[in-house]
This record gives sequence, C-alpha cells and structure tokens, in this order.
Amino acid sequence: MTASGVSVRFDDVFKAFDDTVVLAGVSLTVEPGEIFALLGPSGSGKTTMLRLLAGFEQLDRGRLLIADEAVEHLPPARRGVGMLFQSYALFPHLSVAENVAFGLKVRGGAQGEANARVAEMLELVRLSGFEQRRIAELSGGQQQRVALARALAPRPRVLLLDEPLSNLDPALREETRADLRHTVKQTGITTVLVTHEQEEAFELGERIGLLNEGGLEQVGGPAELYRDPASRFVATFVGRCSVLSGVVLERHGGDELTVRLESQPQAEPWLCRGDSGLRTGEQVDVCVRPEALELSTDGGSGLAGRIEAERFTGSNSFYTVRLASTRSDAGDGSAAGPAIEVAMPGTAASLSGACVVRQLAGEPPSVFAGASTESDP
Amino acid sequence: MPWLVLAFLVWLVGYPLLVVAAEAFGIGSPDGGGPTTEAFRSFFTRADEWNAMWRTLWISVLSTLAAAAIGVPLGFLFERNEIPGRRLLGALVALPVALPPLVGVIAFLFLYGESGLAARGLQTLGLDVSWRLTGAWAILLVHAYSMYVYFYLFTRAGLSGQDGAAIEAAQSLGASRRQILFRVTLPRLRPALAGATLLTFMTSLGSFSAPYIFGGGFRVMTTQIVASKLNGELRMAYVETTMLALLAFASLLLLRRIDPGLDLASGARGTPPARRRLHGQGARVAAAAGGWVLAGVLLLPHATLILMSLVPPNTWTVEAFPPVLGLVNYGELLSSAERLRPALNSIWMAAAATLAAVVVGVMAARLSLRRGGLPGRALEAMMTLPWAIPGTVFALALAAAMSVNAPWVGRFVLVGTLWILPLAYLVRSLPLTGRSIFAGLRQLDPRLEEAAASLGAGSLRTVLRIVLPLLRPAVIAGAGLAFITMLGDFVTSIVLYTYDTRPISIEIQSSLRIQETGIAAAYGVLLMLLSAAAFIAWDDRAGGRL
Repeated sequence: MTASGVSVRFDDVFKAFDDTVVLAGVSLTVEPGEIFALLGPSGSGKTTMLRLLAGFEQLDRGRLLIADEAVEHLPPARRGVGMLFQSYALFPHLSVAENVAFGLKVRGGAQGEANARVAEMLELVRLSGFEQRRIAELSGGQQQRVALARALAPRPRVLLLDEPLSNLDPALREETRADLRHTVKQTGITTVLVTHEQEEAFELGERIGLLNEGGLEQVGGPAELYRDPASRFVATFVGRCSVLSGVVLERHGGDELTVRLESQPQAEPWLCRGDSGLRTGEQVDVCVRPEALELSTDGGSGLAGRIEAERFTGSNSFYTVRLASTRSDAGDGSAAGPAIEVAMPGTAASLSGACVVRQLAGEPPSVFAGASTESDP
Repeated sequence: MPWLVLAFLVWLVGYPLLVVAAEAFGIGSPDGGGPTTEAFRSFFTRADEWNAMWRTLWISVLSTLAAAAIGVPLGFLFERNEIPGRRLLGALVALPVALPPLVGVIAFLFLYGESGLAARGLQTLGLDVSWRLTGAWAILLVHAYSMYVYFYLFTRAGLSGQDGAAIEAAQSLGASRRQILFRVTLPRLRPALAGATLLTFMTSLGSFSAPYIFGGGFRVMTTQIVASKLNGELRMAYVETTMLALLAFASLLLLRRIDPGLDLASGARGTPPARRRLHGQGARVAAAAGGWVLAGVLLLPHATLILMSLVPPNTWTVEAFPPVLGLVNYGELLSSAERLRPALNSIWMAAAATLAAVVVGVMAARLSLRRGGLPGRALEAMMTLPWAIPGTVFALALAAAMSVNAPWVGRFVLVGTLWILPLAYLVRSLPLTGRSIFAGLRQLDPRLEEAAASLGAGSLRTVLRIVLPLLRPAVIAGAGLAFITMLGDFVTSIVLYTYDTRPISIEIQSSLRIQETGIAAAYGVLLMLLSAAAFIAWDDRAGGRL
C-alpha cells in the first residue's frame, strides 16, 4: 500500500531538560519497514526519543536521520512523520472524516483525491461508514483507529506510536494489539513504538530496544531479550526473574553448565545455560524464571525457604520465597510462612532459557526466589 | 513574537501607570519644571485628601461585610434547601450582576431618592416622611445591593462542589448541625468566600457610579480624582491616582493572604448533600411567598426604572403614582439620530474593544503557556493587571500618557480623538477575556497542537482550525463579560469621552443633569436590555453557567 519503508537512525543523541539528563548519547538504527519497540520504565527516556523524532523537542547533541537524511533541524510539519498520540489528540470539533482529512487538506491537493484517501484509510481501520460521526460518539478502540488512520493518511515515511494501547480497557487491549500490528504491517511503514509494557513490546515489536535511565540496555528480538538478558536490569524488567549468586560447578556440552548456589551449597546443583567463556569455579549470577522452578514440602534436596507471599492470578499462582541464608537456618522459624523446598526439575529450564548463568552488571542479587505453579482448573 | 506582544501590552497597560506616577512627581510633564515632591506633600497635608483615602477604605470594608451578610445566607438558602421555584428565583436573585453599575444606581435614585417612588408612596399614606438618599449610607446601600451577588454566586458554587459524604461522616461521628456548619462546611467554603471577598472589596475600592451620584460632598478616591481633574488640578489628580493604585495593590496583596488558593475543584469531588425538603404545606407556602417577596424587593429598583422610562416629560408632579404612561421617551430616543448616537457608540466601541481583547488574549495566552519562562509570566501579569487597578486609575493614566506627542518615548496624542475610549475599553477588557482564555487554553491538551503540526499544519492554520474552535466556549464567556461591562462603562468614559464618542452612560448622566428623567430612564432600560440580551446569548453559548 505504501512504498517500502525507510530507515531511522539516532546517532549519539543527547538530551537534557534543565539539569536532568534524559538521553545520554543514544545510538540506534531502525531498519526499513521494521516495527521497533522502545521499552522501558517511566522516565527512561523512551517518550523523549519519540518526541525528538517527531520534532516536538530539540536535541542538544547528536544527529537524527530519516532515510539517511538529517532531520533534526526540520519543523514537525516537514519531517514526514505520522504520530499516534497516547491520548489520541483527535480534534473533537471535527468529524471522523475531517480528522482523517486534516493532514491531506493542509497539503492542498484535489478534493476528490483527499476523499478517496480518507475512504481508503477508514477502510484500512475498518471504520467505513463512520465518516460523519463525531469523535465523542466513538468508543475508545474506535478513537484509536481514527487516530491511526489520521496519522497514516498523508503517507508519512515513519509512523510513531506513543503508548498506543494504554488508554484502552485491558480486555480490549489484546484484540487491538493484534489488529494494530496487522494494519501497520499491511502498510509496510517503518514504525517506532513506545511502551512501558513488556507484553505490548513483545507482541508488536519485531525488535525491541530496552531503555533505562537514558541509555539503551539491550537491543534485540523478544526471544533474545528473554533468554539472553545482557544485564540484571534486562533480566528483571523483561519477564519475572530471580537473580541468585552461584559458582560454576561443571561445564557440559554446548552452552549447558551446572551451578551451585552460594547461599545453600548443600542443595542440588542447577542445570542452566551460560556463555561458553565461563570457567569452572567462577562466580556467576544465576537468573532463573518462575516457570523453571517447582515447590515441594516433602523435604527433598532443593533450596530451603519459607513462603512470604502468594499471588493467585487465575491460571497461575506466584509465590515469593525467602531462602534461608544457609541450609541450617531453614528450620529456625525466623521467617514467617510455611517452610518449603524450591527445586529445579529436569533440563527443561536450560533448554528454554528459563535459567541463565551470566556475570551481570548492576545491583547485588536478592535472596528472594519466585516460583509459579500451574493451578488446576 | 512573544516580545512583540509583551511590548504592546506593557505599552498599553504598564506604561501609562508609570507615566502617571512620574508626572505626579513632575517628571516628564509637558508644563516643564524639574522633579518635585510638592504635590505629594500637599496630598499628605490636606485633610480632604486623607479623608477620601480613609473613606474609600472603610466604605470598601463595610460594603464587603454587608454584601457577605446578604449573599452568604441567600447562597445557603438556595443551594441547601428545596423551596418552590428554587431554580427561577435562584437565577433572578443573581440578576443584578448582569446590570451596569450606573443603571443600578439611577434605579435606586428613582425608587429610594428623596422624590422617589417610595417617598411619594409613604407621603400619600399620610406619613410625613422625608429623607435624602445621600452620603456614605446611600453608597453603602447601593454597594450592598449590587455586590451581594458575588457572595451569593461564590457561596452557591462552593457549596455545590462540596462532598455530602463529609457531612455524613461528621454526623456519624456525632457532630451536631451547628458543629457541622462551623467545622466542616464553612472551613471548606473558605476558598469561595475568600474569592468573593477579594472581588467585592476590589470592586468597591474602584466603585465610581454610586459615590458620584449619591456621594454629594462625601468624596472617595475615585470621585476625588475626577473632581481634581475637572478643577484643573492635574498634578494633584495624578498624585491621587498613584495613591489609589498603591492602595489597590496593597489591598490585593493583603487579601490574597486570606485566600488559600482559588481552586474550588481541589480535593475529592463527591456528590453534594441532598437539599433539605420543607415539610408541611404551610412551611412551603411561607417559603415560596418569602422567596418571591425577596425577589420582588431585589428587582423593584429595575421595575421602577422601567416605570420611569414610561413617564412622558412634565406629566408627573405631585401625584403618588405617575398619572400618564406612554412610550414618548422611547419614541424621542429612537426617532432622533442624535439621541440614538450614544447607543451606537457604546455598541461599536464595546464590540471593537472586545474583539481586540480576544485577539490579544489568544495571542498572549498561547505564547505565555507554550513558551513559559519570564516572558510567559510577564504576559499573564500584564493581562491580569487591569483587573486589580480601579478603572478611574487607568482612565487617568491613559489621559496622562496619551495627551503628549512624543512618539520616541511611545506617547501619542490620542486624548480627544476617536481612539482613546476604545483603547481604554480594551485595557479594561483584557483581564476579562484573558482570564477565561488562559483557563480554557490550560485545559486544552497540548498534544492537539502537536498532532496538527505533525500532520503538516503551520502555526496560523493550527490556531484557526484547531485552537480557536476548541476555545470557543472560553472565548464566548470572556468576550460576553467584556462586552457587557464595556457597554455600560461609566468610570473610564467620564474621564476620556469626546462629544463624538459619548457612550450611553454619559448620555444618561447629562439627561439627569437637565432633569430629563424619562429619557435617562429610557437609556437605562435600553442599556439593561442590551446587557440582558448579551448576557442571555453568552450564558446560552457558554453552556448555561448561571
């Protein structure tokens, strides 16, 4: 529908508001036609990256290129960038069709052409027949689609999505997410998306850039971020993960290795995945996902601890377990909650990447372990 | 661009005030001579000057107290009780706010003046009464009558924003009705009452019509200033103007301290408590009768004005009630181009000033809110300043600044031309349009403008297609208020009018002076009708705020 996408490049981009550094020299390339998700907690600088690209903020240093052409000095109107705002920012005094036509009228051109484009865009977002509706008469999901149609109508080179789903009901979000991805892919436009929700980034983004405190922690596909986190921040922000300290006990073939956990050396060692560079006896961080762990009360050879909290989500139960600092502490009753053993059964975890051994930068490890069990329906 | 708009506002609003203060010290005055404090020295040594200052202050304090004493109970009565005809009566009670001060004043004169309807009525009943509606008490009466509406409206707004759950909580904790009133309801009404106090006090400080018509020898600062100017004591007038401006500033700063912030919507907004229903037929009838009597008393002056406008010249001498009624005065008013002139003048000048105030207001608000920083704050300050300064002060300041031809220091001879009065109206309109446009723009999502920009719209198109249409309610509200206020303006007009630009208020005053009471009343009714029409249109389009 649209000509194939263009590339977008951030080149050592620096931005500060007053004395607060928001982006500290970020470099990133978004490939033509790609849907790229900027993921990160609030205040990490992801929205600023989007607003810099749109031209609503001016960068302090660095370069911004769209299709290899510097755009940092261009006003928003001349960048060829379409934006879907978090609040949609639809013009409430204009009808659906007038909203979509706004960017076309501004550019001049024939009325008939504009009408045809409006019809085409409304068909794309499945709102044909809604032309004369007022914005206030639409549901949240419909408003979001009008905003998308409005942003796409003038055939921008790049589409920017600012938390596109955050204003929708949770129930509607999942359906809309797939819909949005389908629509955007259909146009083939290069898309940069900002979100603070991992699920949204994973499902919409072909690649993800994880931002923290003004810098990119890791760039990669969803599976890469989940299975091979480059930092403690990535490990804990993407999915649930407990990070424990351990020592490499033995290397196996491929990237499998066994680790002994430092806090409870007597417990059964874990079979995990790790870099080939790690040597036996080396201090490491063990990042383990809840789905790799099993809880039992029958006094096996797992990690001893006490349940501190349980969170029941319907299909799963998540437990927070405080591990005894040594195995002999387990029975002293200092921690509240029933005693429990945490074990890792089999080799499934190493295969799926649910247990990863790394030397991670960041805060020292916690003494908490999370575990989930599938609840019986 | 922000500097250009700021420069214009400083020239129009701030500069004349500086000029008048400078000329009070003899600096830059056209009659030559070096700087001198002579005029100030004589101000501080003359008893009549001190008296005017002191009277202005206590009249304002007493007016505020009297207005609160009437307005607050009325607000409680209409907001907290379900009485028959509550909505209509509640709106009628607020009516005096929409009427120009001068109209209220002459209506009072016709009703309660020494040869007014009330005096004649009592004399016909055989009561040998006579009084003179003059001096401090007359001013206070008119002030209380016209300004209680501020307290009434603010009290109602404050009460309707209160959460009934707080009262229920107090009840469940064992508080009595009295305790609830003093410890829950009134403390939370404080922002509203502080707002009403500020508005009433500042209005009273700058009040001109009532002291001018009823004051007689009792002078307050505004009338003192105009008298000095008419007597040719220009420098003394400038000193008085400076002193009144300082008094207004000081009052504003002081009153703001009692104001915990005008944010009526702050805190959790719940459902206001249910209105108390009156039980029993007798109680309801009594309440309804009381309400209508009250409305009658409040509307009686205006009814009198209408009556007076129907009395043909020289037909009413000693009778209690006018023997002949007819439309002669209106015929006279409408048939002669010269008689109609003031009405047309008022309309075009008020409309031009309002339009200009809207344009300046939109530009200033956008620049101020989008750019922020020092120029942003300065822009907003310049838009608000004329609200805090009495109209007489601005009239004198413009008269002083714009009567000298010195383009290199920004002074032009505009006094005596067609331009000076619309310009003065513009200054006085700025805070009225500015306040609502600033508020409207603050509520507008800045993303809307970004969306327009990212879709390729330039600045002008964004304003015309997005900002203005969305600001329409705010613009209409501000413009309506400005138009009504300027239509009935008397205080600036009396200082700056020329024969060709004489507005309705000046025509009313001169008709009164030559005893053409019927014509004066007819002009008053005309002004009342024009204001009411503008008010109804405004209230309707602004979403029925009353």
